[in-house]
Amino acid sequence: MKEKHMNKTIKGIAAPLSLANIDTDVIMPKRFLITITREGLADGTFADLRFDSTGEKRPEFILNKAPWAQATILVVGDNFGCGSSREHAVWGMRQLGINACIGTSFAGIFYDNARKNGLALPIVSHEIRDTLLQFARNASSAEISIELDSQTITAGEISASFKMDDATRTSLIEGRDDTLDTLKYAGAIYDFETRLGNKMRISVIK
Amino acid sequence: MTKTLYDKLVDAHKVCDLPDGDMLIYVDFHIMNEYTSPQAFSGMESKGLKVWRPEAHLSVVDHVNATRSVEAPDAQSKLLIDNLEKNCITHEIAFYGLGDLRQGIEHVIVPEQGLVVPGMLIACGDSHTTTYGAFGALGFGIGTSEVEHVLATQTLRYKRMKTMRVTIEGETTLGVTAKDIIMKVVQVVGAGGANGFAVEFAGSAIRALGMAGRMTVCNMAVELGARAALIAADEITEAALKDHPHSGQFVFKGESWASDPESVFDEEFTISGTNIEPLITWGTSPDQSISITANVPSALDYVSPKAKMALERSLQYMGLTEGQSAQSIKIDTAFIGSCTNSRIEDLREAAKILEGRQVAKGVEAIVVPGSAMTRMKAEAEGLRGIFEAAGFEWRPEAGCSMCLAMNDDIAMDGERVASSTNRNFEGRQGRGARTHLMSPAMVAAAAVTGHLVDVRNFR
Ligand code: SF4
Repeated sequence: MKEKHMNKTIKGIAAPLSLANIDTDVIMPKRFLITITREGLADGTFADLRFDSTGEKRPEFILNKAPWAQATILVVGDNFGCGSSREHAVWGMRQLGINACIGTSFAGIFYDNARKNGLALPIVSHEIRDTLLQFARNASSAEISIELDSQTITAGEISASFKMDDATRTSLIEGRDDTLDTLKYAGAIYDFETRLGNKMRISVIK
Repeated sequence: MTKTLYDKLVDAHKVCDLPDGDMLIYVDFHIMNEYTSPQAFSGMESKGLKVWRPEAHLSVVDHVNATRSVEAPDAQSKLLIDNLEKNCITHEIAFYGLGDLRQGIEHVIVPEQGLVVPGMLIACGDSHTTTYGAFGALGFGIGTSEVEHVLATQTLRYKRMKTMRVTIEGETTLGVTAKDIIMKVVQVVGAGGANGFAVEFAGSAIRALGMAGRMTVCNMAVELGARAALIAADEITEAALKDHPHSGQFVFKGESWASDPESVFDEEFTISGTNIEPLITWGTSPDQSISITANVPSALDYVSPKAKMALERSLQYMGLTEGQSAQSIKIDTAFIGSCTNSRIEDLREAAKILEGRQVAKGVEAIVVPGSAMTRMKAEAEGLRGIFEAAGFEWRPEAGCSMCLAMNDDIAMDGERVASSTNRNFEGRQGRGARTHLMSPAMVAAAAVTGHLVDVRNFR
């Protein structure tokens, strides 16, 4: 494991996306899921919000407007990322250049997927979120800074703390690989299997 | 010390604590499909890793396949299917592909094959893995990076969730199904109301359900944001575990997979079963539902400007006017299928409504049995004949089909679907498609009248 503790700050233009219950079908429509790689998903991200049915950009959508077309942070509505487990939603957001989403609540699978891909999801109160939405709507002030170590968000005059569990925060800061990390505990897994014996040990019939 | 069922399941699978606050939990059984697994295999291979325990995994094709025939709908879908088969051959993992009599929607075939028993921990790269909670097992959905993690380590990093109990007390009335029960729960608790919680369903209305109904309830618990749904194992569960292909592999030790009496939950909800009516969704989130006898909400029903705006957006997408009656909503398509409601019990309920009746003119009606075994059973029972005589199209192959429209069953822009599925999100059944969720019997009734209608008028 990397011993070095980086002080990770995420900084950038924030775009407001206030709708509640934005699900992963909206973040990454299914037609982009027919793929066996992780790449090439930037165009699919929020595709039906960004483009009309002829493929033209919808000028009224926030991520198509200056300065938010350059956004690296989103301030989002409640229960963001609900629905399907597709990690493609997170891959696409990362490929579009999004580094963080600030919200009040995230769906569980989306939250875990985000952590695995370096997408930070700071959780704040409804009040703070609404204040940040307001802040992000103002084109001249839209830059927000998120400091992971101290768990603070700074936006102009606003300074607020956010919630993030320790494991997720450490993982984001260290950028570690969970699979390789877990294999260091192979001994404990073997021990568990020995204790388990034949209980629950299925052998799927081929 | 008293323990909830959830805590018993987590404790039974805990391998060790990790220094950062996570724990490692052991995954007894893991299921994969063709669209959330490819990058997990390639990720593992690029790190030079092997599958930890190949016999503990099953792969099945269900999301992209056409249901009209065993052919893949197009070249890209075929690539996904072939890729899964190739990965399974390389890593010696069981693969139930197209044409296999064990194939079908993952959450339908797993119980059918006897691969879920009380006390198990099951993971799958699909959010509706909560379904297995119906058996007193801990099932939850994972992302592709976690699929890689399970393949390579047979474990997952895990954080214990908070617990919620939803008690539905009192017998439901005739015409009210498991689907209506869970739609009511989603309406009361809210989409996202159970984010961060494992939800246990209890009460006489739940105990009265058979396994199919319990699976419907646990299946849609993810629509509350619940990462896990549970129902205590009882004699109904036990009876359902006999005589499946894998049953012989499990040794039962008489453990009680139920919450201890006096267990304390972080949150509790109680709902009267007697008062639940058949429900339909009118909006674009599963919690936007009303009783079939009610009217679509109007702006007057809401106080906050945000809620008014959300209503307006949903109504506009759905092409509805505020205050219009649920039963005045005309449909173009009726779809019976999905891991929520495509089991034999669901098909029987729908067939009862369709027997001796005809699908309304102009309505396209499709039924996709959840698995090859379900289809064969339904055909043997004569259900296929009833569906076809009524004017339903009976699909010969099983799959998710129009539940998420990743194959060639796509609803058109503006097309209105009465659907036995679990999600009514914008674009879920096709770009611009309008989905109304309801029970399979309600879909059948809507197909017959051409508009949403109270199924209780049909009995
Ligand atoms: S039937 Fe629908 S909800 Fe179920 S696994 Fe398939 S796509 Fe997902």
